[in-house]
Amino acid sequence: MSLPLLIEQALNGLQLGIMLFLMAAGLTLIFGVMGVINLAHGSLYMVGAFACAAVAAASGSFWLGLAASLAAAAVAGALVETTVIRRLYARDHLDQVLATFALILIFSEGTRWLFGSFPLYLDVPPLLQGAVALPGGVQYPAYRLAVIGLGIAVAIGLYLLIARTRLGMRIRAGENDREMIAALGVDIRSLNTIVFALGAALAGLAGATVGALQSVQVGMGEPVLILAFVVIVIGGIGSVRGAFYGALLIGFVDTAGRFFLPRIAGLFLPPADAGLLGSGLASMLIYAVMAVILALRPKGLFASHA
Amino acid sequence: MPERHAIPVRSLLASLAIVLFPLAYALLANLSGETFHVTLATRIAILGLAATGLNLALGLGGLVSLGHAAFFGIGGYVAGIVASHAMGGEPLPFGLPASAQMASVWALAMLAAGLFALVVGAISLRTSGVAFIMITLAFAQLVFYLAIAWPGYGGEDGMALILRNPFFGLATMRPMTFFLIAFGALLAGLAAFAIIKASRFGAALQAARQNPDRLAALGVRPDRIQLVAFVISGAITALAGALYADLNRFVSPSMLSWHMSGELIVLVVLGGVGRLAGPLAGATLYVLLEHFLGGVTERWQFFLGLALLLVVLMGRGGLMSLLAPKGAGHG
Amino acid sequence: MAEPILRVAGLRKSYGGLTVTDDVSLDLRPGEIHALIGPNGAGKSTLIGQICGSVMPDAGSVSFDGRDITRWNTAERARAGLGRTFQISTILPEFTALAHTMLAVQARQGTSFRFFRPTALDRSLRDPAMQALARVGLDGRAEIPAASLSHGERRRLEVALVLALGSKALVMDEPMAGMGSEGSRELTALLSQLRHETPILMVEHDMDAVFALADRISVLVYGRIVATGTPDEIRSDRLVREAYLGEASA
Repeated sequence: MSLPLLIEQALNGLQLGIMLFLMAAGLTLIFGVMGVINLAHGSLYMVGAFACAAVAAASGSFWLGLAASLAAAAVAGALVETTVIRRLYARDHLDQVLATFALILIFSEGTRWLFGSFPLYLDVPPLLQGAVALPGGVQYPAYRLAVIGLGIAVAIGLYLLIARTRLGMRIRAGENDREMIAALGVDIRSLNTIVFALGAALAGLAGATVGALQSVQVGMGEPVLILAFVVIVIGGIGSVRGAFYGALLIGFVDTAGRFFLPRIAGLFLPPADAGLLGSGLASMLIYAVMAVILALRPKGLFASHA
Repeated sequence: MPERHAIPVRSLLASLAIVLFPLAYALLANLSGETFHVTLATRIAILGLAATGLNLALGLGGLVSLGHAAFFGIGGYVAGIVASHAMGGEPLPFGLPASAQMASVWALAMLAAGLFALVVGAISLRTSGVAFIMITLAFAQLVFYLAIAWPGYGGEDGMALILRNPFFGLATMRPMTFFLIAFGALLAGLAAFAIIKASRFGAALQAARQNPDRLAALGVRPDRIQLVAFVISGAITALAGALYADLNRFVSPSMLSWHMSGELIVLVVLGGVGRLAGPLAGATLYVLLEHFLGGVTERWQFFLGLALLLVVLMGRGGLMSLLAPKGAGHG
Repeated sequence: MAEPILRVAGLRKSYGGLTVTDDVSLDLRPGEIHALIGPNGAGKSTLIGQICGSVMPDAGSVSFDGRDITRWNTAERARAGLGRTFQISTILPEFTALAHTMLAVQARQGTSFRFFRPTALDRSLRDPAMQALARVGLDGRAEIPAASLSHGERRRLEVALVLALGSKALVMDEPMAGMGSEGSRELTALLSQLRHETPILMVEHDMDAVFALADRISVLVYGRIVATGTPDEIRSDRLVREAYLGEASA
C-alpha cells in the first residue's frame, strides 16, 4: 500500500469529519442551550443542498447557491424554531421526538412536491475543479481540499464566537443556567431563535458543500443526521468541543473502515461479495466504536457538567 | 398501577371496540370477498402488536426507544431466514433444525430479539433522556447495515418468502386464516401487556418511569426493572415482525429502517401512551389513513406530518383519551 | 450505650478546589433522633447524599448495621434497611397513596420481578400497606392519587413508605420544609413516636422541631462538624453561636 493512497484516505477522513462537525455542532448547541432533541436537523441539511442546487442552476453561480443555502437553512431554522420548537422547550423528549419526526415528514414530502422525486446535480465550481498536487506525490481534488479548509475556518469561527463574543457568552450562560440568563435580562427567546438559526445555517452549509460531491435528493440528510447523533453521543451531549473530536474520530474510523474492510474481506471472499460485506461492515464499524466508548464512558468523552 | 376502583366502564367499552374493530373489519371484508381488506385488517393487527410491544417500554417504562425497528426487523429476518432454509432443506446455523412451523419461528424470533435487546438495553440504560434515544437509534442502524451487508439473505433488495410458514396444518395462505393467526397473536400480546401492567413488576416499572430515585430509595434498582421490560418489549415487537414477514412474504432492510422506529412511536402516541388499546387504536388510524388518504393524494405523509404536529402541539393523550378520558387513579 | 446502627467516619468530598465535606464523623444510635443543622451551604445535602449512596465520597467510610456500605448504591443501601425521605417530597404522581405503600411492601419482600398476579387483589401486599398508611393517619386517603395529596399528607406518606419498607434507620432531609404550624406539630408527634422503632438522622432548619425532637444535635459549618451534643449543650456552644449569629470566628 502506497503512502499517497494513505494520505488521500486520511484527507477523505478529515473531510468527512469536518462535514459531520458542521452538523453535530448545530445539534449539540441546540441541545445544550434549549434542551431540545431535533430530529429535523437533517431536513435543514437537505434544505441547504436544494437551495444551493436550485440557485446555482438558475444563476449559473455555485457561490450564489452557497450563499442561498446558508440563507435558506437559517430562515427555515428560524421559522421552525418560532412556530414549533419554541413550544417544545417545556415538553418531554417524547414530544420533541414526535414533533421533529413530523417535521421530517413535512420537509421531505414538501421538497418532493416542489422539486420532484429525481435527484438534482450540483457541479463543483470551475475555480475548484481538477486536482491539486500535494507533497508526497498525492493528487487530491481541489474542491475537497477547499471543503476541508472551509470547515476548519467555520470551526475556528465557531470557537471564537462562543469563546470571545457577547453572543457566545450568552450561549455559554444559557447552557449552564437558563434561569440565570433570564434573570440577567437576556432575551432568551431571541437567543434561542438565533442559536437555532445558526445551527440550521451550519447544517445547510454542510448540505450544500456535500451536495456537489454527491447527488441532491430527498432523504439525503437522514444518514448524516444519524452519524451526527453518534458523534455527539460519543463526544458528550451538549459539548461543542466533544462534537469536534467525535466528528474527526468518526470521520477517520468510517473512512478507514471503508478502505480496509473490503480489502480484508477480499482475502477470504470473492471480490463482489467482499466489496458488499466490507462496506456493510464499515457502516457498522462506527456503531460498534460508539458502543465500546459508551460501555466505558456512558456520558461520552467530553461530558459537560451541566 | 394497582387499581382498586371498579374498572371504568367507558374505558373498557372503548378498548373492546378498538380490539374488535380489526376482527369485524376482516370478517366483513371476507364475507364480501374483498381479500385486500382482510390483508389491511391483518396489517392493523400486526402493527398494533408491534406497537403494543413498544408501549411496554415507552408507555409503562418511559423508555423512548427510537430503535424498535431493530426488533421488528430481527423478527422479520428470522422468519425469512428460517423459511428459506426450510425450503432448501438446509439446517440453520448452530445445527438448529429448520422447522418453518410458525410457532417455532416465533420462539426463535423472540429469543433473538430478546438477546439483542438485552445487549442494547444494558448499554443504553446506563444513560437516560436524549442519549438513550440516540443510542437505541444507533444500535438499530447497526442491524440495518448488517442486513444490507450480509450477502446470503438478499442484502439491500431483501428476500422473498415463496410461501407463508405453516401453522399446524392450517392453510396460512388464505387471507382470513392468516388474519386469525395474527389476531390471536395480537390478543396474546395485549393480554401480556395487561397482566404485566397490573403485576408487581408493572408497578415497579411504572414507578421507574415516574421517579427512578424514589424507586431506588425503596431498594429496587430502576435500571434492572427497565432492562427486563426492554427485553420483553423487544420480544413482543419481534413476534410482530415475524408475522409481518409472513404477511408480505417479503423481508427487507426497510423493516429495520429508522423510519419504522419513528412510525412505531407515532402509533403508540396517536393511540395513547401507556393505554392498553392505545397502540392498536394508533395502528388502526394509521393504516386506514394510509389507505384512504393515500388513495386521494400521493403526498399523504405531508398531511400525516401536519396532523401529527397538531396532535403533539395541541393536545395530549391520543385517540384513547378522546374515546375514554383517563379518570383519577386510573392507569 | 447501644452500638450505633449508622456510623460515618472521616468522610471527605470535594468538587474541584471546593471541599464540601471535610473529615465528617458522626453516628446514629438506636432509639434516638440525631439532628444535623447548619447554615445554608454547609454541605448538608452532599453529606446526606454520601450517606444514602447518591454521591460517592473521596475518602472515609459509611457503615450501617455492622457492614461497610461506603461503595454501595442507593438501592443496595435501602435493601439493607437504610430508608430515606427527600427534601422535596418525592412521590409517584400517578400512584395512589396505597399504591405507594404497596410498592414499598413488595420492595421489602424483594418481589418486584413477579409478572402475573394482579397486585390489586393481593392481600399480602394490601394488608401491610394499609397498616402503614393507618399509622400515619392516611388510611382514609388510600385511594387518592399522590398528586392530589396536600403537602403535609405527602410528608406523612413518605414516612408511611419507610414504615412499610421496614427500614432499620431513617435519613430525613428537611422533613418539616414547607409545612404549616399545624402540620409541623402532627409530624413532630409522629416522628417522636417513631424513634423507638427506627432511629432517625435528620437535616432540619426548623429549630423548634429540632429542639423538640432531637436527642443529639450535630452542627455542620463549611463541611465540618463543629459541635455535637445534647440540645442544651448545643444551645450554649460558642462555635454554634458564631456560625449562626455571624460573630467573628475564633
